Order: sequence, then C-alpha cells, then structure tokens
Amino acid sequence: MSELLKNTFRFVLFIFVQVFILFKMPPLHRFITPYLYYLYILWLPFSMSRAALMGLAFIFGLTLDYFMHTPGLHAAACVLIAYLRPFVVNMLISQEGADKNYLSPSVTSMGWAPYFTYVFVLTLFHHGYLVFLEWMSFGSFLYFLGKVIATTGISMLLILLTELLFFRKEKFRTNTV
Amino acid sequence: MRNVFLFIRKYANFLFFLLLQITALGFLIRYNKFHEAAFMNVAGEFTGSINQRFSRVEYYFRLTKINEQLAAENLRLNQMLKENFERADGNEKAVLDTVQTDSMREIRKYTWLGAKVVGSTVNTQVNFITIHRGLREDVRPNMGVVSPQGIVGTVVNVSENYASVMTLLHRQYKVVVKLKNGGERGTVEWDGVSPLFVTLKDIPKSAKLQKGDSVVTSSTSSLFPGNLMVGTIAEITDDKSSNFYTLKVKPATNFFNIEFVYVIANSQFLEQKRLEDSTRKKFQ
Repeated sequence: MSELLKNTFRFVLFIFVQVFILFKMPPLHRFITPYLYYLYILWLPFSMSRAALMGLAFIFGLTLDYFMHTPGLHAAACVLIAYLRPFVVNMLISQEGADKNYLSPSVTSMGWAPYFTYVFVLTLFHHGYLVFLEWMSFGSFLYFLGKVIATTGISMLLILLTELLFFRKEKFRTNTV
Repeated sequence: MRNVFLFIRKYANFLFFLLLQITALGFLIRYNKFHEAAFMNVAGEFTGSINQRFSRVEYYFRLTKINEQLAAENLRLNQMLKENFERADGNEKAVLDTVQTDSMREIRKYTWLGAKVVGSTVNTQVNFITIHRGLREDVRPNMGVVSPQGIVGTVVNVSENYASVMTLLHRQYKVVVKLKNGGERGTVEWDGVSPLFVTLKDIPKSAKLQKGDSVVTSSTSSLFPGNLMVGTIAEITDDKSSNFYTLKVKPATNFFNIEFVYVIANSQFLEQKRLEDSTRKKFQ
C-alpha cells in the first residue's frame, strides 16, 4: 500500500474511532476524556516537512472539531504537537540515521523507551494545551491539573494498547541516505 | 527589504505555526462568543450526513426504549383530554371556552416541529446534539428543543438540512426555570461535573421545597412555553452565607439515549428580544 493511501485511510479511521467510539462511551469522570486521535500525527512519516506536518495537523484537528462543535480547539492543539514533533524526534532518536532508514516513528525504528518518551512528551503538550484552552473559557486550576493528569494517563494506556494490537513492522531501508 | 525576506525565510516554519495557531484560536473565540464559525454551515451539512448514517445503526437497538418513552408521553397527553372530565351536576351551564379555535393562527405563539436526533455527545464539557431539521424546515437559531421527557436545549447553528443544539450539558448554557409548587424563578446551568445532574441557582430561601420537587420551564425564558418538565430536585445545599439555595437537579431528559425531539418556534421571539434589548440600551 502506498504511503499516501495508507495515511488517508488512517485519517478517516482515527476520526471515526474518536468520534463514534471514544466520544460515545459513557463518561467515567469529568477529568477523563479518552483521546486517541492525535496518534495519527505521531505516526506520520519522518520525511514530511515541518510545514506539511502542521498543515495536515490543522486540517485533521479541524475535521474533528467540526464533529465536536468546537472549531479551532483540537486544531490548535494538533498544530502545536506537529510543530514540536521534529524537535522531540531529533532529541530522542538513538541510532545514527534511524530517521532516514525507517519510514515513521514506531517501536521498531526508535526502541520502546525512546518511542514512549516521544509519545508521552507530545501527549502532555497536546492535553496541556487543549485543557488550557478549555480552562480559559471555564473551569479552575484544579480542573486543569486533574484533567491533564487523568487524560494523559488514559491516553497513554490507549496508545499502548493500540501499539500492541496493531504492531507496525517497519522495514529497514538501506541506501536511502 | 532583503533582510525582511531573509527573516521570513529563516523563520518560515515558526511564522506558519503562528499563523495556524491564530487562525485556530480565532475560530474558537468567535465560536465561543457568537456560536458561528467559518465554514460551519458546509461542515455541519457534511458531519450531519455522516452522523445520520451512524445513528441508523444505534437507532435500531434503542427501539424498545423509544417506544416506552412515546407511550408514556401519549399517556400524559391522553390524561389531559377534555373528554376525561365530566361533572355530575346537570345544572351547570356550558360556557364557551376561552381558546378561540377559529382564530388559532392569530393567537398561536409556539409552533412544534418533530425532529430526529442524528448525533450527540455527553462526555465532553461542551455537549451538543445534531438534529435532522434545518433551514429548509424553518429551523432557526434560538429555538427551544424538548424531548418527550423534558427540555433538551437551544438551537445554536443551522445548515440546510441539519441543526446543532446546545444541550443543558454545556458549560455556557443557561435557562430560566421555576419551581412547580411555589413558582419561584431560578437559573439552570451545568457545572461540568456529572452529566446526570445540573445546578439550579437563585432560588430564594423563602421558597418551600423538598427533594423530588419538580422544576418546570418558566414562560419568561421566551424559548419555551411554560410548565414543561425540566427535572426534579435531587439535593438541597443550604449555603449559610447566601440568601439563595444552590440545588442539584436531575434532568428529566435522559441525554444518553435521546432519539426524538421537538423544536419549538416562538413566533414572537424576535419582537420580545428587540424590545428587551432596546429597553436595556435606554437605561445603560
């Protein structure tokens, strides 16, 4: 499957899962909102330029926003993590040229610990910014703190499950540099 | 000039980031204030049609519950029929009812319109439902929406065939209600804690109330006709520092399995609003 087709398919699938499964679940607590959709941005290929990443993240976030009637909220958070993604990848990539030899960030290309640090840092930024924007219109500091911590925990669990269930085998590509 | 171009080129990514952030935040702020956003009509049409496809599946599994709700509503309406009431006293004279059936059109204030719910959320802080009625059926923003059990919310955005309804479970939603027994008015809003309860404020301490009392709509809200069910009092908090009660109210509407609603058009809404606005302006 070509990369473009695969990512288009994922785009639709992630929005679908977020809107029609995760947001349909009966609420457990006001601090817990199960977010998984932004994993799409974390899975995008290394080779994409930063501007393209941000543009795509904006469209992706806005699509979700129109389903949730919150235009701009998720888009802003998605653009933030798309902007920060290359910094975090450069900091955490362990093997020399792994971002050239592999297609996209994953457990195989980065290793368990660096990959999950990468996911954790961006999750924290995403939720922090998202809840901060919510806090601006209502809520309190306790709400901000509680929601960021609880939602990050749930998201990390969901991402771990997704990674285990849909293990992405990354091919090692030589002579690509 | 050259330096400007160099600067733009050097920080192109950062500037693009800022541009997208400003666009997104602009959308958000505008939406929080006026509930209208760029492309919302087009997007509403698109998301509505996808929501509708999904709701067909859900709908099937909820048929039993919907039947029960509609039967309960029919029962309530049948109880109110005038044929149910008959005096044993034959001396009483029949008097013409004050409701003028012939000129109903002229004195009719509220018109009801049935609608199917195609999409809903309950587990965010800003919950909306999408209904399958829009501009074509003359649905406009600021129309009240009720379910067979109780009130649901207010229409905030309309596209050609669909409309978004801000529900009671939205942090910015407010509606004027009254106690059924005493008639004291207060405001219902949501604190975002649990989707099973909303908060009723501004009920004076002089009001006599107890757990389980009904809360109904007040006709002063201008969105709803009076005496529609809102919910029942679930908990009374006696705040000693205030002259008003803060009450926890259990909404009559079950937002988890809502399928059919009525949109209520108030033909005098704009007139009333214009008058109130101009009065406010005069004394500011």
